[in-house]
Amino acid sequence: MALLQIAEPGMSAEPHKHRLAVGIDLGTTNSLVATVRNGIAVCLADETGRTMLPSVVRYRADGSIEVGHKAMAAQATDARNTIVSVKRFMGRGLKDVAHVETMPYDFEDTAGMVRLRTVQGVKSPVEVSAEILRTLRKRAEASLGGELVGAVITVPAYFDDAQRQATKDAARLAGLPVLRLLNEPTAAAVAYGLDNAAEGVYAVYDLGGGTFDLSILKLSRGVFEVLSTNGDAALGGDDFDHRLFCWILDKAGVAPPSLEDARRLQMKAREAKELLSVCEEATVHVHLSSGEEVDLVVTRDEFADMTRHLVQKTLGPVRKALRDAGLAADEVKGVVMVGGATRMPHIQHAIAEFFGQEPLTNLDPDKVVALGAAMQANVLAGNRRDEDDWLLLDVIPLSLGLETMGGLTEKVIPRNSTLPIARAQEFTTFKDGQTAMAFHVVQGERELVTDCRSLARFELRGIPPMVAGAARIRVSFQVDADGLLSVAAREMSSGVEASVLVKPSYGLTDDEIAGMLKSGVEHAGDDMLARALREQQVEGERVIEATEQAIAKDGALLSADERATIEQSIATLRELCSGKDHRAIKSGIDALARATDGFAARRMDNSIRSALAGHKVDEFEV
Amino acid sequence: MSIDPTQDYFTLFGLPRQYALDEGALEAAWHELQSQVHPDRYAHLPDVDKRRSMQWATRVNEGFRILKKPLARAQYLLELAGVDTALETNTVMSPEFLMEQMEWREAVEEARAAGEVDELEQLHHRLQTHAREVRSDLALQLDEAHDYTAAADTVRRLMFIDKLQQEIDEALLALEE
Repeated sequence: MALLQIAEPGMSAEPHKHRLAVGIDLGTTNSLVATVRNGIAVCLADETGRTMLPSVVRYRADGSIEVGHKAMAAQATDARNTIVSVKRFMGRGLKDVAHVETMPYDFEDTAGMVRLRTVQGVKSPVEVSAEILRTLRKRAEASLGGELVGAVITVPAYFDDAQRQATKDAARLAGLPVLRLLNEPTAAAVAYGLDNAAEGVYAVYDLGGGTFDLSILKLSRGVFEVLSTNGDAALGGDDFDHRLFCWILDKAGVAPPSLEDARRLQMKAREAKELLSVCEEATVHVHLSSGEEVDLVVTRDEFADMTRHLVQKTLGPVRKALRDAGLAADEVKGVVMVGGATRMPHIQHAIAEFFGQEPLTNLDPDKVVALGAAMQANVLAGNRRDEDDWLLLDVIPLSLGLETMGGLTEKVIPRNSTLPIARAQEFTTFKDGQTAMAFHVVQGERELVTDCRSLARFELRGIPPMVAGAARIRVSFQVDADGLLSVAAREMSSGVEASVLVKPSYGLTDDEIAGMLKSGVEHAGDDMLARALREQQVEGERVIEATEQAIAKDGALLSADERATIEQSIATLRELCSGKDHRAIKSGIDALARATDGFAARRMDNSIRSALAGHKVDEFEV
Repeated sequence: MSIDPTQDYFTLFGLPRQYALDEGALEAAWHELQSQVHPDRYAHLPDVDKRRSMQWATRVNEGFRILKKPLARAQYLLELAGVDTALETNTVMSPEFLMEQMEWREAVEEARAAGEVDELEQLHHRLQTHAREVRSDLALQLDEAHDYTAAADTVRRLMFIDKLQQEIDEALLALEE
């Protein structure tokens, strides 16, 4: 056992200590957590040495919650309370979810996101996902021996705004600060590209348990530029299992199975599918609770035949992504395969045929996303070393727009725009004296609003009465580096600014999250105040450290007065951080932020100037 | 935003203010600027830095988009020169051009209705060739002759062509699904 080190009182153990950060692959069937240790990304294992955590959560009648292998073992006996593949429900209504009829859950079809009735009450998919994230957070904290600065959580590139927001909400519930939501294929490209010093255009084919992504990236001198992305947020390895499950039912000629039997057969179908990636045939042998017996053999060719349409279904997005990137299949230098489902030989054959080259399978398709996320988390947390000089330029997968007259979509931000991005559009009134306007924000490529995903509705009130067509209402969209949208609207001609309330159609309101946080904290027997205090203290110390570093580096940009004000604010905040009032610390952080606002602006302008200066020198040298 | 509003995108990217473009230099400058301002470089810093980083990175991406696309770049140059290219306020197009547009449009409609993918792809290529010719006119007008009135007219023609190209792409997409 390693000896624990104790620093001298009042001294920091390490002046520039390594900030603990992790990458999390929150998968449909399995989840992983990874970190960078001594410069190398590694997946963290549980106490029994397993790295993969089945994304399964069981709510028990006694109020306890099981996550992972233990929950998975109960899925056939307690199917209703054991939630598998919850990722399929994130940011989704009941009508959006495929195969609900064969799922053993008790759904509550409320407006917005679907919910599940369990023995512990109604649960949102966000809460279920938060249990998985909490388990991984605890594993990481136990393994790394400290509190995490934050996590990079991966999402399918083709996830829309509602699904991304739901993922971020789940992290918040799990007490995990999110450094970035990172697209899964981009994370894989980072891990692959850095390990192989790859340059050129690559395609990442990512078929996970429940989602499919295809991203085209250009790798050049440390820049990972996503040229285009496409996919299907409801297509994955689960669908191959489901097809085999239906085939087994049909072939065995048994009566419609009970919920428990259905789950048992689905598990057998998955085992058979996995076996067929290494063997020519697999046996399915199950004793049903009805007394019937299923005893079948399925060959690799039969399986390939019955799932051919699913493989074909992935090629549509591949073609579209290539077209959006303006490239032909033979211009792609390599195809990186990601996701356990890409182990199926007939998928590898189809991809080899399409691109005219064997896909790259020299990395673990289950782990590569988590490893890439860990590398990115490490630099985002501030542990960047000189050799970690890479940059990710990612895109928005689906166009964003507004509903206009006649239920048509007006695109404001087109798909595959590089993030972050902002765009504004002007609208006007339809009637004389109109004082309010209703907006409907949607995401998708289709012309009709009803064919796109509804993201939010909001109203702009207090428009001064004018004749029709005279008002000028400017609606601004901003999409941040996580791919999340915020919308603002104002009336320009009168200078009147009206407030905007955005109601997410598929998200959770802040009140709902606050309520879940409260009940979650009570459940865990944790002290919410202690947690809030700790969070603010960490944030306060972080802000002080960042400010002091900035002064050390660019202090010349400050006047003596400014410098004195900032130093005073730092001293105040430091004093507050040693206290017990988290609200006071928050206000101290805000005060320091105000004091450094002008300084921060000048520093950024300066770094841009020096970037350009460097660029021009290079040009002259040619 | 404390961004200097008088600084145009050509200056921001360190490129000459003209239509002819060194694409490699534009991309190198884009990468260089983003490596300074991208939110990933500020994820561990206070919110005030994060916010400013997002504003700058947004502006840099917008500049890259405008300078990269020939039509957007030409429109931007005219805007900087104080010439209005808005279609709504300037709809006088030559009858020959409008005739030509109608013919293109009919051809696209027919191919779309008949579901002829090959025909649509041919139209796509013919239109691309045509657009290249129009763009070389534009380069002369903007960079050599400095005839902004003529350039504005050419820009409007390119806008028609661009729209048509989009319609063909959408028709192709719809036929595939």
